[in-house]
Amino acid sequence: MIIMRQKHTLAAAIAMATTLGVSAASSAADVIEACEDCADSMTIVSWGGAYSTSQLRAYHEPYSAETGVEIVNDESSAEAVAKLRAMNEAGNVTWDVVDVVAADAIRLCDEGLALEIDPDTDLAAAPDGTPASEDFGDLLVSDCFIPQIVYSTTFGYRTDNEDWADATPTDVCAIFDTETFPGQRSLEKRPIANVEWALMCDGVAIEEVYDMLETDAGVERAFAKLDTIKDDTIWWSAGAETPQLLADGEVAIGSTYNGRLFSAIEEQDQPIAILWDAQMFDLDGWIIPAGLSPEREARAKNYIKFATDTQRLADQAKYISYGPARASSAPLVGQHADLGIDMAPHMPTDPANAQNTFLYNYEWWADNRDDIDAKFQAWLAN
Amino acid sequence: MASDQLTTHDGKSLHKSLAKALRREKRRSLVLIAPLLLFVVVTFLSPIGDMLFRSVENSVVPETLPGTTRALQSWDATGTELPHEQVFALLADDMMLAQELKLHTRLGSRLNYDRPGMSSIFRKSGRRIKKMESDAHLDAFTGFNPSWATPAGWAALRDSELWPQAFPATAIAFNNWTRYVKSDEGENTDLSTLTPYGFTYSALYYDLQQLSDEQWSDLAGSDDSTLATLFSGLSSTSASFPKGDYKEQILAIDDGWGELETWQTLYRLSPRYVDSYYWASIDRESTINGIVHKSENERIYVKLFVRTFGMSLLITFLCILLGYPIAYLLATLPTRTSNLLLIFVLLPFWTSLLVRTSAWKVLLQQQGVVNNMLVKIGIIGDDSRLALINNMTGTIITMTHILLPFMILPLFSVMKTISPSYVRAAKSMGATDWTAFRKIYFPNTIPGIGAGSILVFILSIGYYITPELVGGTKGVFISNRIAYHISSSLNWGLAAALAAILLGAVLILYWAYDRVVGIDNVKLG
Repeated sequence: MIIMRQKHTLAAAIAMATTLGVSAASSAADVIEACEDCADSMTIVSWGGAYSTSQLRAYHEPYSAETGVEIVNDESSAEAVAKLRAMNEAGNVTWDVVDVVAADAIRLCDEGLALEIDPDTDLAAAPDGTPASEDFGDLLVSDCFIPQIVYSTTFGYRTDNEDWADATPTDVCAIFDTETFPGQRSLEKRPIANVEWALMCDGVAIEEVYDMLETDAGVERAFAKLDTIKDDTIWWSAGAETPQLLADGEVAIGSTYNGRLFSAIEEQDQPIAILWDAQMFDLDGWIIPAGLSPEREARAKNYIKFATDTQRLADQAKYISYGPARASSAPLVGQHADLGIDMAPHMPTDPANAQNTFLYNYEWWADNRDDIDAKFQAWLAN
Repeated sequence: MASDQLTTHDGKSLHKSLAKALRREKRRSLVLIAPLLLFVVVTFLSPIGDMLFRSVENSVVPETLPGTTRALQSWDATGTELPHEQVFALLADDMMLAQELKLHTRLGSRLNYDRPGMSSIFRKSGRRIKKMESDAHLDAFTGFNPSWATPAGWAALRDSELWPQAFPATAIAFNNWTRYVKSDEGENTDLSTLTPYGFTYSALYYDLQQLSDEQWSDLAGSDDSTLATLFSGLSSTSASFPKGDYKEQILAIDDGWGELETWQTLYRLSPRYVDSYYWASIDRESTINGIVHKSENERIYVKLFVRTFGMSLLITFLCILLGYPIAYLLATLPTRTSNLLLIFVLLPFWTSLLVRTSAWKVLLQQQGVVNNMLVKIGIIGDDSRLALINNMTGTIITMTHILLPFMILPLFSVMKTISPSYVRAAKSMGATDWTAFRKIYFPNTIPGIGAGSILVFILSIGYYITPELVGGTKGVFISNRIAYHISSSLNWGLAAALAAILLGAVLILYWAYDRVVGIDNVKLG
């Protein structure tokens, strides 16, 4: 079977972040297009917590202030795919814009539950005129997906492990090295990222990982590697678990989203440090549900065009340490709104952090996720 | 005396009169419960029925690929040959419409549940289908007789007595084309001025191969002159029409189409209703050669079913063991004290499930309260802390605590009604404490145990948040997988099959309970 591979031109986007240029921020009033026959209220679905707050402050508040549109927030992104399908079947879609991860966007697009968009007409061009399709580049992984942020799943470790004898993990394979780095680990209770890391630390090049996983022997090999730490691992299913486990001293090292580690370290002063090696990039962004009335669809598109322009994406990074998905936003990233620290060094896309990264192969996982997941769950249960 | 029937004052049989009165009574109570019954049916039974129905429903395949699934029926699925050119031609035709209606990816996701990789085969084929070369047969037909490219020609064919039974593939393809045009150019497009695209002519070409001599002569000698000209001489000429190269073109789009398993999957899933989800629910899969076990490393559901029932039984048993003395204490203490204690039972009952579960995490984790205390007392060493959470132990401890009130409350209300004089009477006749308890008190509490057990067992079988949070890998239930398939993988068919099996098992257990203990013996108070 031929596998389409995504090119890792993310590096190009990352390179843009090196210089911290300060340009005149474009105000909301200048960029919101007039919207006639548009609905005057909308429901926006997102993940809740600090992430929703960042969207509220960077997108919703300026948009509402300028247009007078009433925005209702719904924190249902975790079960958005299932709920959208149910709404679609019932013929009553009550959401206007939904925040989902890229893999879910692909699923929704495949199922015909999300609206296809044309980046160059539906999204704003960069300030220098670069069309959106180029500005987002390879991050447009589905016809329905409007990327917003690049986040990563990476490792945090306690800086005060007594039995580590001053050793500091520098590469991801430290998680498999229970001699030098004893203690419990925490990993996500799903195969994505874990099997890639396992194979990489078993000597497989990242380019060959997916070919290898296509065979039973490859899957066995990944599980055999994970077997070496199976008894030392706590498996998490919510992003908040690893920071909590690290703070409690339950685990010595564990994977989670980089934004969670940022708040544990910078906001809560926990003795935790981030291991950026082989961090797995993932994307989060918007979709517009299929089957909206013309007025609501027009309003959703009007909002999306505003909320994903260069300045707005850069604004969001003031509130949370996730990298903006547009290449043109990277130079505009400034300081944290409350803590007053430079955000750039905390971005997963910062060159110092992004020396070794990978973006997981969405298409491959869309095909094989159910199969590998069944094997993974069977492996966990044994 | 049998003939001396009792009668009412107006001479009717008392027996019949009574029966009539009872019937009237029954009707009246039915009317009274009708609103509730209707409510339960509308809001509870029908949604559940609709959900469970998905475990067999499969119409997306035959409806998205009507021509292909029909043609596949004559394919030798157990053989080693790919389907004929004709099937590929009809696949191209079906896909043309499917990608226009954006149904091809939905079909791909459905088939992907049975065979990984189908999803991208369909996604890719949908993108490329419009670029396919499909005019070979169209050109051949119009080259033979230009009338073939006229709406009048098609109208004549469709008015023929042999349409659609002698042209099954063409009829489907024509319908596909109609839907395509309406979707592409608007619902009100006037079709009478248009002729189909190349795919439809290809379907016609393959239908012609199946015509009998008699049908050929019927068509060529038809009373309808248009139809007669279309078909006269076509029989011999069409033999030299191009054979078609859809197979080659489709194989070039994706190698997956060249794999037998792809076609076998399509063949197996052609019917409107399939049992494949049920086989998947018990770690088997239906293949072209019958039902086989899934490979060792993919078997999980049977294990989870067994674990769910085993652990639920254990949790129920622990609840009886812990709840019985507490309920006894509550029932025998003076009311004022027992009310106070009852609040201690109810307080956690009213607290959020998530809060209680998280509290157990704090207590049970390795650096948690329980382990710290044990280390401090010196019962265990600092390096051999107990693993009390993120495993089966964690699930059992937490769920026993969470479900305990459901055992205590029915037990308490049943014990409340047992008069203390029974035990006193037994003792006054010489029974020891143990005998009095065993022979008198305990049998009276069995309805409470029954009610509590049913509540706890059925609740725990369906739990998933608590096992998800504290169960680690060895303490999760089948419901965790159902939740995963509902909200993450979107494989609602499999979720429905797993849920149907779980529901069936509970009903069987309930029936068995009724046979052994008797459901009349259950008291909630």
